[in-house]
Amino acid sequence: MRAFFAARGVMELDTPVLGHTTVTDPAIESLTVEVGDRRIYLQTSPEYHLKRALAAGAPSVVRIGPVFRADESGRLHNPEFTMVEWYRLGFDLDALMTETAALADLILGAGKYRRTEYAALLEPVGVDVFTSPRATLEQALRSIGVGDEVRAWSRRHLLDYLVAHVLGSMTGRVFVTAYPPEQAALARVVSDAAGRRVAARFELVIDGIEIANGYDELRDADVLAARMAGDIDARRAHGQPLHAADQRLLAAMRHGLPACAGVALGFDRLLMLAERAKALADVLPFDYARS
Amino acid sequence: MPNYSTNEFKAGLKVLLDGEPCAIVENEYVKPGKGQAFNRVRLRNLRTGRIWERTFKSGESIPGADVVDLDMEYLYTDGEFWHFMKTDGSFEQIAADEKAVGDTQIWLKEQETYQVTLWNEAPIAVSPPNFIVLEVTETDPGIKGDTATGGTKPAKVSTGAIIRVPLFISIGDVLKIDTRTGAYVSRA
Repeated sequence: MRAFFAARGVMELDTPVLGHTTVTDPAIESLTVEVGDRRIYLQTSPEYHLKRALAAGAPSVVRIGPVFRADESGRLHNPEFTMVEWYRLGFDLDALMTETAALADLILGAGKYRRTEYAALLEPVGVDVFTSPRATLEQALRSIGVGDEVRAWSRRHLLDYLVAHVLGSMTGRVFVTAYPPEQAALARVVSDAAGRRVAARFELVIDGIEIANGYDELRDADVLAARMAGDIDARRAHGQPLHAADQRLLAAMRHGLPACAGVALGFDRLLMLAERAKALADVLPFDYARS
Repeated sequence: MPNYSTNEFKAGLKVLLDGEPCAIVENEYVKPGKGQAFNRVRLRNLRTGRIWERTFKSGESIPGADVVDLDMEYLYTDGEFWHFMKTDGSFEQIAADEKAVGDTQIWLKEQETYQVTLWNEAPIAVSPPNFIVLEVTETDPGIKGDTATGGTKPAKVSTGAIIRVPLFISIGDVLKIDTRTGAYVSRA
């Protein structure tokens, strides 16, 4: 894999595991450590550091190393895992999807890839992500075995569960594209050919397992600052831990992030697929339960 | 009892769901990359034995259930209750009703040890040992030497259960039986 990146002129860069700030994304919780009298965060992704390096003039970069997520533990989750995350200057999403597929081929052997838009994901369960009324969502959830508990869920939760279910039952290698704008995270929001506003991101799903998550990277610091403020409001509303927006990242973006596309890939999951294993614990030398 | 959060869920954990004592059978963590995490849980209702499925948003919590499994010796029935005694030397007795004893009734033998499940110190279920040795009380006369044809006939054993046995079995024979399937295993 290192030869793969070297041959493509992508420079490997180490980023710290400990960071003074962390992501504001309400869907990701960070682990903290005490350093002296300060609270430090185990990084959930090298994204902020890699982008700061790009803004400082680094060429295309890759970081291969551990990332940490609180409360994520299960067959497909380990609180500590190996992420391969790389950023390509001047790439668009198409070029990055091609390269991501090439890396997956390297580990899994060559395969065929198809694409589907996020909006079409829930067609198999009779739901239109953008327009279906709540009753339709609840009915779809009941048809896949979820009970009365759905009544207490928000629309976003209903959709999250349906999407997780549909992604989980996909076979083959699939790139999901054109996400709803509210799921843009650090991707740009663009108008597609049909004039819809969509998040310029993709996710690679292989045999029902989410493997990689790619963005056409947002470069506007003000837009990012507004999204982070929205994240912080959502965290406050749900009683989640609050983290300040990373001012160093925002400053780097104000200085200028070059046009780029980046992708984060879960290496342990790819290894699991290559070994036809059923759980991460089967391919990790010391999984969390045995750590 | 404490509350348990979804990140403490694991197989075997006893919890209270809709007011019923349940044991977690399986707990699967489901999380779309950028979305709400869920725990898809299969639970056994300890009173009815039925399997329930429930999906929790991760971070939700539910109360634990005060459920313990005790090895107890079966003493006798008075027709309304079945009486068991602790095997810890305390000689403490507990009376289980028909609902708690359920299908285990047909395997109850005096002085045999059973697993009694107590919820808030009251019995809600009784499980027999996997294998039990019982005497045949009723069956058609045995066909001597017929150990090869593979034919079977019904036989009633001392606890009242009726099982299929090979043709050579006679009244008074003592049999080893698998209580999970009700199948004859061997002569004991």
